[in-house]
Amino acid sequence: MVNLTINGKKISVKENTTIMEAADQNGISIPSLCYLKGINEIAACRVCVVELEGKERLITACNNVAEEGMVVYTNSPKVRKDRRNTVELILSQHDCLCVTCTRSGNCSLQKIANDLDILEIPFKKELEHQPWNPDFPLLRDSAKCIKCMRCIQVCDKVQGLNIWDLEGTGSRTTVNVAGHRTIEEADCSLCGQCITHCPVGALKGRNDTQKVWKAIEDKETIVVAQVAPAVRVAWGEQIGLAPEEATVGKIMDALKKIGVDYVFDTTFSADLTIMEEGHEFVQRFTAGELEKRPMFTSCCPGWVRFVKSQFPHLVKYLSTAKSPQQMFGAVMKTYFAQKLGVSPEKICTVSVMPCVAKKAEREMELFYEEYAGHDVDVVITTRELIRMISSAHIRPETLEDIESDRPMKEGTGAGVIFGATGGVMEAALRSAYYIIKKENPPADAFKAVRSKGFNENQGVQEAEFAIDDITVRTAVVSGLGNTRALLNKIEAGEAHYDFVEVMACPGGCVGGGGQPIHDGEEWAFKRGRGLYDLDEHMELRFSHENADILQMYGEFFGEPTSHKAHMLLHTEHVK
Amino acid sequence: MSRLEIDSPSKADIVVEGLYKDLERRIESSPPGLCPVDLARSFLELCHAQTCGKCVPCRIGLGQLNHLIKDVLDGKATMKTLDIMEETAVSIMESADCAIGYEAAHMVYKGLIGYRDDYIEHIERGRCICTYSQPVPCVSLCPARVDIPGYIALVSEGRYQDAIRLIRKDNPFPTTCGFICEHPCEARCRRNMVDDAVNIRGLKRVAADFAGEVDPPACAERTGKKIAVLGGGPCGLSAAYYLQLMGHQTCVYEMLSELGGMLRYGIPNYRLPKDRLDEDINCILKTGVEVKYNVKVGTDITIQELQKEYDALLIAVGASTDKKLGLEGEDAEGVLSAVEILRAVEMKQSMDLTGKEVVVIGGGNVSMDAVRTAKRLGAKKVSIVYRRRIADMTALYDEIEGAVAEGIEMQTLKAPASIEVDENNHVKGIYVTPQMVSAIRDGRASIKASGEADLFIPCDILIIAIGQNIETKHFEEAGVPVVWGKIATTSTGAFENMPGVFAGGDSASGPATVIKAIAAAKVVAANIDEYLGYHHVIQSDVEVPIPNIDDRTPCGRVNLTEREAGIRVCDFDGVENCMTEKEAKQEAGRCLRCDHFGYGIFKGGREKLW
Repeated sequence: MVNLTINGKKISVKENTTIMEAADQNGISIPSLCYLKGINEIAACRVCVVELEGKERLITACNNVAEEGMVVYTNSPKVRKDRRNTVELILSQHDCLCVTCTRSGNCSLQKIANDLDILEIPFKKELEHQPWNPDFPLLRDSAKCIKCMRCIQVCDKVQGLNIWDLEGTGSRTTVNVAGHRTIEEADCSLCGQCITHCPVGALKGRNDTQKVWKAIEDKETIVVAQVAPAVRVAWGEQIGLAPEEATVGKIMDALKKIGVDYVFDTTFSADLTIMEEGHEFVQRFTAGELEKRPMFTSCCPGWVRFVKSQFPHLVKYLSTAKSPQQMFGAVMKTYFAQKLGVSPEKICTVSVMPCVAKKAEREMELFYEEYAGHDVDVVITTRELIRMISSAHIRPETLEDIESDRPMKEGTGAGVIFGATGGVMEAALRSAYYIIKKENPPADAFKAVRSKGFNENQGVQEAEFAIDDITVRTAVVSGLGNTRALLNKIEAGEAHYDFVEVMACPGGCVGGGGQPIHDGEEWAFKRGRGLYDLDEHMELRFSHENADILQMYGEFFGEPTSHKAHMLLHTEHVK
Repeated sequence: MSRLEIDSPSKADIVVEGLYKDLERRIESSPPGLCPVDLARSFLELCHAQTCGKCVPCRIGLGQLNHLIKDVLDGKATMKTLDIMEETAVSIMESADCAIGYEAAHMVYKGLIGYRDDYIEHIERGRCICTYSQPVPCVSLCPARVDIPGYIALVSEGRYQDAIRLIRKDNPFPTTCGFICEHPCEARCRRNMVDDAVNIRGLKRVAADFAGEVDPPACAERTGKKIAVLGGGPCGLSAAYYLQLMGHQTCVYEMLSELGGMLRYGIPNYRLPKDRLDEDINCILKTGVEVKYNVKVGTDITIQELQKEYDALLIAVGASTDKKLGLEGEDAEGVLSAVEILRAVEMKQSMDLTGKEVVVIGGGNVSMDAVRTAKRLGAKKVSIVYRRRIADMTALYDEIEGAVAEGIEMQTLKAPASIEVDENNHVKGIYVTPQMVSAIRDGRASIKASGEADLFIPCDILIIAIGQNIETKHFEEAGVPVVWGKIATTSTGAFENMPGVFAGGDSASGPATVIKAIAAAKVVAANIDEYLGYHHVIQSDVEVPIPNIDDRTPCGRVNLTEREAGIRVCDFDGVENCMTEKEAKQEAGRCLRCDHFGYGIFKGGREKLW
């Protein structure tokens, strides 16, 4: 143990504890801006400076270790003066038009400026204006960037794509897309982790809420919405509802109140994905196609973008099944349009997703030209859903649980867990077992693919399952840096699997780039547990038992992987 | 009423004088990779502040040039801006009245021509081509990328053995380099911004002196691959060391009877005591390197034979033959090459110069080694004869100073004209043509004949030290590419036409420094490993202490002292004294730990493996 004194309080901490952690463990807050534990410990913003007795210069609390006998002051006159000056300097280069900022009220810079009681800035305003394509799903506002470097570090260290870098030198040093590229040219996966790790509003997803409002306003258009599994365990965080209150039924109610005509739960199409992908897997597995390389899931568009740019030769091992979002869009514009007796062009399909990459996924090419336009017309993130609810002035506490509309009402626990890392694999295995054995396994038979904690074991869960005399070797990975490492192992012949699930965001969709932001905290694992909890209490836990799915196959698609299913529910992955 | 008064500087003058010094040191430690356009702007602002204001081109023109550069940096410029800048700069160069104006414009002009592509990048894409690549100045300037902040921190805690282990991750010659490394690492040390560069080489010497014997790390599992290393100098031995650690079996073919190459036979004992060199070599041999002594490739064994026997081949034969002056009489008795005399001394061949007059031609480090060796062999008078000035000598300043202290005469601005030989074909002296310094060409002062009559410098021994050549004949015949007398490899140390054959060190680069030879050894070792189908990683398990957070109070640099000149010339023992532990602790404490503070903690920082 190390003994030191902070603000007159004698404390003892474990060795190699930073001053910031030592203070925090003893109820003393030291503010910070750039610090992200394990990812960005570079002491760039200088907000966490503290005074050390006997030293002239202040030191940073985030990356200096508490040493025996240190006497630290976190709020001395010198610290207050310098910290305030530093924040004023940051503000001189920050576009402080908070009222129109997506992060207003959830901004670390706003908070520290308020906490320090900064009411005016004595310095000349110097805003940087770099050009940016406003139509790209990921937006960067250089006038708001405070150069904390978190985006660079998250992309380098967690996602391993190195999209961001410093550019220029000296006083003109700034952050931009690495390698002198534009964002369109870069291999950005659109995972959005840089957005959820930005302390301010410099990075954000493109706002598509106005497109939804416009569709709602148009009397001729039938607005049909779907809500992804991961949204239900996160939306309440930002709207003031406790987890047990923030149900998916209340999202349905909110959407109806906003003016959406039909509301559905993506859990339905997650079950549909399992039917298609599960059968595809059993077919490819038994045909011996997976001896060299495994089949990879294809429901995460961040991962699909990643594999296309980083490992293009592996694209052919992706499942051809579309993602639940795209499948639902296709079903809405065909099966459901038929039920309504309207042409697909009358329908505007909206999806509420925890994800930024879904905004790009909706633009995917349709190969079979069954209908005009796209499967999905507008994608909004969880954060945009919350803004729509707020702008409709709906009081969250007045929302009630309502059910999804018919005839795509049912969803099983297997579909619900799609939102957590390992969920797709577990759901697929539950049904693959049934396809092979013609009987159900215990619902929790494949729990081994679940993650044991946030980014545990470098985000990888390996498991082998024996179904009769067949052994299925599986791996589940989340986070693209972890994914790259796993793919390198597979490529080097150091690991062999039959089926691999990949989610671009650490923890899966629950940690998606479109989810509510809690600066400096990782909520993915907690939210994932919420999904598993829902699954455990569901009546139906097998996708193949979803009665609405079975009815749809009976009435419309015929069998899983039928010709019609191929036309509408599968795709070709091309670069 | 007094007519005159004594000038005394104002307080502002005194402070500004200090600031000039600060700025000089700051420029000296300028990090690599800065935006050259932005630098041009900042230099120009300083130049403009120096203007007296009398003349239009300087007073107004420099300011306008500055606006134009700012337009480029702000993305407001077009290609037309560059034309205006160039015309303006040339106009100021041509029309300004004094150097404050025309030299300032010339600096801008040189940039406009020299890094025009960067100006264009700013104009066309609003971006700079330059970015920081390696933020720790000392590490980035060390060819072998030794973990300097790491071992300095270890020295500061008295963990000398760990310091040696950490150095060996990148350099298996810590003791040797502690004595004779040219320390390019110190050139841009950020400590310069506070007071003076850290004495990095001195601290390496401390680690070597205080560590005692340190065993090498364990070798990786045997791969069964065999590699022949031709030449037992710093490149060959370093490569053999790393290849052994990677699990391969190396065999060094050395043409002489002992290992070390130029370290043993080129560098005199007083600079690098051979028992200290043996510390490094013994450690390298402990990894299991096999050695075949007195085998010369091309004479005793051929490349073709070696290729059959081994999985890979490394040519690291160095540059060990001497360059000739090309004057008549060069083959006379008493005319020697520096390589010959230095090697003869090391091989204990009797060489008594008592009472003789010795002239050494050349101004490089080898010339200094030759004169100081001649002095120690008892010569009555030893002179350097050099075409240029002392300031133009390529030898390290400390070496020149050491020679002067030992009583060496510096006969500068004298170009050798002819060698005078007596009737027994023995050298009598040398005629030299007096030179005068002339225009600067390519940044270096050129010389021309002064027009005075040739002078005669009598001598009994004439030593030629104007550079070394590489023996390439056998390799060239075997198909190894040779260009300009050097073995021409690709940047990976390999050859396109000869898979499995690699080359490095002086034989591939031309005569260079020991640390460059070691750097080349790392490259070839890694690439031989890859060629053989492996991806071994070299790393160190030494934990480096957390950075010291003390205030950076200015403190003088500890320089190494030398033995008294009058005494040291009587023997070949080491000249330089090490620091005391107390001095070492203070000196190590001056390190700013750029791996932790500043950019180092963000990107780069310490390189933990290769």
